[in-house]
Amino acid sequence: MGARFPTLAAWHDVAMEPTPMERQQDYVLRTVEERGVRLVRLWFTDVLGQLKSFAISPAELENAFQEGMHFDGSAIDGFSRVQESDVLARPDPNSFEILPWAGEGGTSARMFCDIETLDGNPFEGDPRGVLRRGLDKARASGYSFFVAPEMEFFYFADNDPSHAPVPLDTGSYFDLTTADVAGDIRKRTIAMLESMGIPVEYSFHEDSPSQHEIDLRYTDALSMADNVMTFRLVVREIAMEQGAYATFMPKPLSGMQGSGMHTHLSLFTDDTNAFHDLDDPYKLSATGRAFIAGLLHHAHEITAVTNQLVNSYKRLIAGYEAPVYVSWARNNRSALVRVPITKAGKASSTRIEYRAPDPACNPYLSFAVMLAAGMAGIERGYELPAESAANVFEMTDQERAAAGLHPLPQSLAEALDAMEGSELVAEALGDHIFEWFLRNKRSEWNDYKAHVSQFELDRYLPNW
Amino acid sequence: MLFPDPAPPELAQALDLGGYPWKSVGDEVAADGDEPPDGWAGAIVCADANPEAAFAICRAVRKRDLPLEPLLLLISGAQLGDLELRDDLFDDFMLTPFHPRELEARVKHLFWRTGRGTRPELIEYGELILNLETYQAAISGHPIDLTYMEYELLKFLASHPGKVFTRETLLSRVWGYEYYGGARTVDVHVRRLRAKLGEEHANLIQTVRSVGYSFGQSRWSI
Repeated sequence: MGARFPTLAAWHDVAMEPTPMERQQDYVLRTVEERGVRLVRLWFTDVLGQLKSFAISPAELENAFQEGMHFDGSAIDGFSRVQESDVLARPDPNSFEILPWAGEGGTSARMFCDIETLDGNPFEGDPRGVLRRGLDKARASGYSFFVAPEMEFFYFADNDPSHAPVPLDTGSYFDLTTADVAGDIRKRTIAMLESMGIPVEYSFHEDSPSQHEIDLRYTDALSMADNVMTFRLVVREIAMEQGAYATFMPKPLSGMQGSGMHTHLSLFTDDTNAFHDLDDPYKLSATGRAFIAGLLHHAHEITAVTNQLVNSYKRLIAGYEAPVYVSWARNNRSALVRVPITKAGKASSTRIEYRAPDPACNPYLSFAVMLAAGMAGIERGYELPAESAANVFEMTDQERAAAGLHPLPQSLAEALDAMEGSELVAEALGDHIFEWFLRNKRSEWNDYKAHVSQFELDRYLPNW
Repeated sequence: MLFPDPAPPELAQALDLGGYPWKSVGDEVAADGDEPPDGWAGAIVCADANPEAAFAICRAVRKRDLPLEPLLLLISGAQLGDLELRDDLFDDFMLTPFHPRELEARVKHLFWRTGRGTRPELIEYGELILNLETYQAAISGHPIDLTYMEYELLKFLASHPGKVFTRETLLSRVWGYEYYGGARTVDVHVRRLRAKLGEEHANLIQTVRSVGYSFGQSRWSI
């Protein structure tokens, strides 16, 4: 009897349901039309973490979704070798946002792109692709990866390198006086971030003059890497509007705190926080412990990525809030990994904080190597060393050695050495980016090494 | 108006995707009691699980002074015989399992035939307006720029004011069953929506502790 009536399968040739991807693309096309968007900016990120963009007209948008947009990858640092220079930018409709600032020719919008080779494979020089691959791998083991960075930065009067940076104010931590002139810029920045769907958890004036911190609310790692790229642009744009300059340089003022990007990390299996265990005194599960162990074990190898500038290593010194030794603790801010104490009953907020990264990093690559290090801990069952309870800065070298505490790389050169020998980082980044990054950064170090600094002139010229 | 209560998930999803706000009722009493002040715009009665109760509710709403129309009846192939002598109870019928595209086409045509217009073009709640034709949202006259998923989530919530949804329900109804990703996705999008609605309107979406989320207040309460 059933045969006399059409089955659901037979109905499928009536009309194909649009796929979720097609619905999203349709939504973007419709919004572009309705809002009178004149330019669509296609955004992507180079290996060093610089935002790149090219604009297309709304008329080209449908084609960009279907075919991708050709561009010459070799024109952009680190994107392509000459022989494979043509690549395709494929806009991700899920990242479509109208830009809240006025463009030269009316309303414009942006989408982040995935980069593909001409035969449609993910392009191995694309940092967004590197993070996607890492997330897919973690997902295959049942984990989704969430991150929440604390972004620190400075406001200065300008970006002229010929004189020392001039702070906009002399306010300090949690200051709420009129000296906080930069607070207005920060407030406008937060309003704009929120209007672009980047929720802000906290914000405050940091320790140093004109240093500010904006903490972003957790989201999945790929969206967060996109958010960090947008964040850096928005912070800069708003500062510039007000005639100031915002910088994410890790250590712009000697003798003051540097700018970090402490990153809160958690893994979820479906709706369960994989780091949480109510019965553990630290509220940490075996998975959480192994993840921390992985981060500590591979910390040296990933530091070149999370701290990629010569200047990054001037922040990672003793006497400030930056970590120097590979250690973990619950509430000791000198530790490399901190396990924040969560409110009772808030299982979902169990997380760990990795404190080495600075805001000049490439967020896609940094999240990818942090994830790879933590996952290695889980997969290989690393043992978590004891918590370092005391302030590691106050210990003697012998005490630290006895406690098995090793320093993080002291310079970009040391970090590159550690990275070069790392199978984990090579695997996480892929050979293309791994090799390009090492080559590019070695050359940066060689330039630095050849430079005679003011320090040397001041110190040596009068006496030698 | 949908029968039964709870509505079959595939029926609910098809109507949500088509942008038709709906409420499910379990019997004739609810069909009267839960009716919005401006009346039901139409009814879909699914008779394949419980035909007796289904035809009872059809009779009840068609016997009114102003019979409820249009009424679309969903039956299984084996029930075709039951339609005999019941022509007054429905305006059109469809066999289950149904194809969502056919459902949408029939509903659209029924609304056209009964002069009800095609579908609601706007969802309005307080100062919030969603234009379902153009996908645009505005609050207090200012456009809010939403991503596709933010828009779909807001549309879904605003179509069911006062109703509390679990994260799992929102995931399956808004993101679809095939979506991979935990309920945190919902939290993340709710937080993004609140950020875009702005401080003044962020509380349109309420967190219902250890359950999920709800939007505004029900039009059926009070």
